[in-house]
Amino acid sequence: MAKTIIPFGPQHPVLPEPIHLSLTVEDEIVTQAVPALGYVHRGLEKLCDIRDYHHMIQVVERVCGICSKIHAMCYCHGLEEMMQIEVPPRAKYLRTIWSELHRVHSHLLWLGLFADGFGFEALFYQLWKIRERVMDINEATTGNRVIVSVNVMGGVRKDLSPTQIRWILSELELVESELKALESTILDDYTVKERTVGKGMLTKEQAYELGAAGPTLRGSGIAQDCRQLNYAAFSDLEFEPVVEYDGDSYARSKVRYRETLQSIDLVRQALHKLPDGEINVKVKGNPEGEGVARVEQPRGELFYYFKGNGTKHLERLRIRTPTFANIPPLAVMLPGIELADVPVVVLSIDPCISCTER
Amino acid sequence: MAEAKTTEKKIPVLATQTVENDNLKAEIQRLKSEGFRLVTLTCVDLDEEHVDLLYSFDKDLEMVHLRMHQPKSNPAPSISDILFAAFLVENEIQDQFGICFDGLVLNFENYLYLEEEVARTPFCKYSVIRKDAQ
Repeated sequence: MAKTIIPFGPQHPVLPEPIHLSLTVEDEIVTQAVPALGYVHRGLEKLCDIRDYHHMIQVVERVCGICSKIHAMCYCHGLEEMMQIEVPPRAKYLRTIWSELHRVHSHLLWLGLFADGFGFEALFYQLWKIRERVMDINEATTGNRVIVSVNVMGGVRKDLSPTQIRWILSELELVESELKALESTILDDYTVKERTVGKGMLTKEQAYELGAAGPTLRGSGIAQDCRQLNYAAFSDLEFEPVVEYDGDSYARSKVRYRETLQSIDLVRQALHKLPDGEINVKVKGNPEGEGVARVEQPRGELFYYFKGNGTKHLERLRIRTPTFANIPPLAVMLPGIELADVPVVVLSIDPCISCTER
Repeated sequence: MAEAKTTEKKIPVLATQTVENDNLKAEIQRLKSEGFRLVTLTCVDLDEEHVDLLYSFDKDLEMVHLRMHQPKSNPAPSISDILFAAFLVENEIQDQFGICFDGLVLNFENYLYLEEEVARTPFCKYSVIRKDAQ
C-alpha cells in the first residue's frame, strides 16, 4: 500500500490552538506522526530579564489562561521556598480553593470540547453551561473569570467573606448535581464509547517511560499526582489520585470526569477548614540560588526551575508544562489508529499549545 | 499586612549529581533501569563559553537532577535514543541556546520554533551566533 503524508493542523476545527502533525497514512491507518510546533511561541521565560520577579507573576499567568492560577501558584510557591518565606495558613487554603476551582472549570471545558470533537454538540453545550457557574464564582471572588490574578509573593491578594463561602458551597452543590445528571451520558453513551474506547492506547510502561503527565499518566494506571507533594493546603485535605487502567481515550476522559467531582470535594473540604488570619506577608529581598517547584495542573505535572542572583531579575526561569510532556506520548499513541480518530486522540491529552510553547 | 518571618539567610543550592559528557548516557541508562522517569532538561546560560544542562528525573515524586557542564562549541550527547521523551526538549534547547545534540532521534535542525531568518540564539545572554545542528 502506498504511503500518503497528510498534514493535520495547524488550524483544525477541533483544535482551538495551532499544532501541526505530519501523519503518514497507509490505507487510512496512521503509521507515523511527527509533531511540529512554533506557531505561538512568545518567549515568556525570557521576560524575566526585563520584568522583576514580582511582575513575572502576571507573565506566568499568561502562559495559559485556563491554568493561570496554578502557574502563578507554582511560581510563587517555588520562590517562597527559595526565599524561606512562611505563607499564612489562610493564604495556603485560598490558593488551594482557587486552584481546584480552576481544575473544575478546565476539566468541564475539556469534557465539552471532547464531546464537540466527536460531534456530540448537545453534551458540549450542557457541560459548558455547568462550567459557567464556576466562571461566575471566579468573577465574583476575584474580579476576573479566567486570569484571576490572586497570587502575590507571600500569599494572596483577595479574601473570601462568609457570605461568599456560603454562596460558593451552594453553587458547587448545583455544579455537582448537574454534572452527576450527565454521568451516564458522559461515561455510558454509545457514541462516546464508540469513539473513545480502545483509541489512542498508551500502556502503563509507555506512559511512564515517555514521561506522560496528569490524566494521561493516570489514565494508564499510574497513581501519581503532584498534589501528593503537599504544597498549599493539600497536606490537610483528604484525597487519593484518580486512576484508570485501560490507557485509552475513554480512560483519560473518565479520569477527568472523576477528578472534577474530586476537586469539588477538595474545595468543600478547604472551605470548611479555612483558618482565620492574614492572607499575605510582606516580602523583602530578592531571590538568590537555585530551586525547583512542581504542582498539579488540570493537564498534569507543572515544573518550574528558578535561578536567582540576588537582584530583582531572575537569571533563569524554566517552565515545563504538562502538554510539553504529553507530546512524545501522543507521537506514540497515534500510529495504528484510523485517520478519523486522530482528532479525538489528540484531544484526549487535553493539549494546550500556548502552554507548550510559552 | 504582617512581616515575613526572617530566618538566617541561606542561599539554596539545587542538589545535583555532576556528570561528564563521557558518562552521561551511562548515568541516564542507570536512572532509567532504576525506574526514574524523565521530567525535563533545563539549559542555563553561564558565560560566553558554557552552559549547564540539568537533567531532572522523578521516581515516586522524589526528584534527582544531573548537571552537565557543557561547552557551547561542542555538541552534547543526545539522550533521546535512551529516553524518546527527551527529543522535544533537546530540540528546544538547540533552538534557544544553539547547543547541538549528537544523535537526536528526531532532529528539527534548529527550526522547531525559529524561522530561517533568525540569526541569534534567543535565550543566550552571552552568545549571539547561531550554530547549525549536527
